[in-house]
Amino acid sequence: MRHIKILGTGCARCKQAEAVVREVLAADRIEATVEKVEDIQAIMAYHVLATPALVIDEKVTIAGRVPTAAEVRSLLNA
Amino acid sequence: MSTSVTPLATPPGVRVPAARWVGLVAAAVLLWFAVYRQLVPFSEWATARLGLERGTHLEESVRFFLYDTPKVLMLLTLVVFVMGVVRSWFSPERTRALLAGKAEGMGNVAAAGLGIFTPFCSCSAVPLFVGFVSAGVPLGVTFSFLIAAPMVNEVALGLLFALLGWKIAVTYLAFGLGVAIVAGWVIGRLRLEHWLEPWVREVRATEGSSSGEERLALIDRLKAGWDATREIVGRVWAWIIAGIAVGAFIHGYVPADLLAGIMGKGAWWSVPAAVVMGIPMYSNAAGIIPIVEALLGKGAALGTVLAFMMSVIALSLPEMIILRKVLSPRLIAVFAGVVSAGILGVGFLFNILFT
Repeated sequence: MRHIKILGTGCARCKQAEAVVREVLAADRIEATVEKVEDIQAIMAYHVLATPALVIDEKVTIAGRVPTAAEVRSLLNA
Repeated sequence: MSTSVTPLATPPGVRVPAARWVGLVAAAVLLWFAVYRQLVPFSEWATARLGLERGTHLEESVRFFLYDTPKVLMLLTLVVFVMGVVRSWFSPERTRALLAGKAEGMGNVAAAGLGIFTPFCSCSAVPLFVGFVSAGVPLGVTFSFLIAAPMVNEVALGLLFALLGWKIAVTYLAFGLGVAIVAGWVIGRLRLEHWLEPWVREVRATEGSSSGEERLALIDRLKAGWDATREIVGRVWAWIIAGIAVGAFIHGYVPADLLAGIMGKGAWWSVPAAVVMGIPMYSNAAGIIPIVEALLGKGAALGTVLAFMMSVIALSLPEMIILRKVLSPRLIAVFAGVVSAGILGVGFLFNILFT
């Protein structure tokens, strides 16, 4: 079971990032928890400089842009 | 904007041949220039087809709109693509590392300069701010960056250059950087670190916890440019068309000398009035510049118009509400005050310099 977090203060691009992740999970039938972290203090605990950021199992994988479906897929299979 | 999942997306590892990318980009640039040369004839032809009588208010407005819309969108696409490629050399992490060791003074200059190139979206303002301060970038230097990044960005410079010429673009660049450097320096001198929200001072930066720096090939940089183009043009096109529509109305209907009295050089109070009007207005450079172009055509003074533009872009209420999470209200007041003073100075100076 993977734990995915999307860090972002609620801007449009953060919502896009969440949508991309959810679509990949649904399409590939991957079981994972998806949590949207919107509190700025909680976001800063990950030391990202730009949002949206994608955190997989507590590790920051992508920061500052919306990931593509292919990227999410390969990160989840890694 | 489509970020929906496309099964055709190239998976990492499978690489499109480099030659194909370079070829595509070259073909696109050639096509761009071929189309761009046809814009004046196109707008004349399209306006004539609508059966509008030449010289009427409506015809002037429609022709302005039909010419400016494709022109501005095409120029924007080109500028954003080129800047997207250039920006792939600058990441927020690298910028922070460059600024962390800098003292005030030179640090403010470097921060403002890097603000032009570092990818920046207003929703990242707070993480950037906290990340910079916690890594030991001085508060004033951080402010120089935060002021320069939205104000002197590639969209603003590209559009100013395209619509108003290189002299105005370069002067805007110089004065925008000047405001960011001086305002940041003043804030640094005031020693206001204790006005940060307490939790911000407790965040400790640890190196290497963010995603690492990637080494990119030229193709990846071209792709970065293409991604930036899709994302930025997708986000701002509606603003631009709205801006051009307002500009077209001004162009066609506002009498040529009307604005000379209100926004002209003679009216000294017009500069502060323009700054105050700009604060609650929230737009980005893309939406405001077509309006600027039309106002200038009607006798508004350059300094007044630029002060208005800087105020709309750099001082926005939504941004201050976001910054409230990390700054005390007093610090926000100082920030707004110092930046307003800088913009006022630029407005007055322009009105004196350009006659």
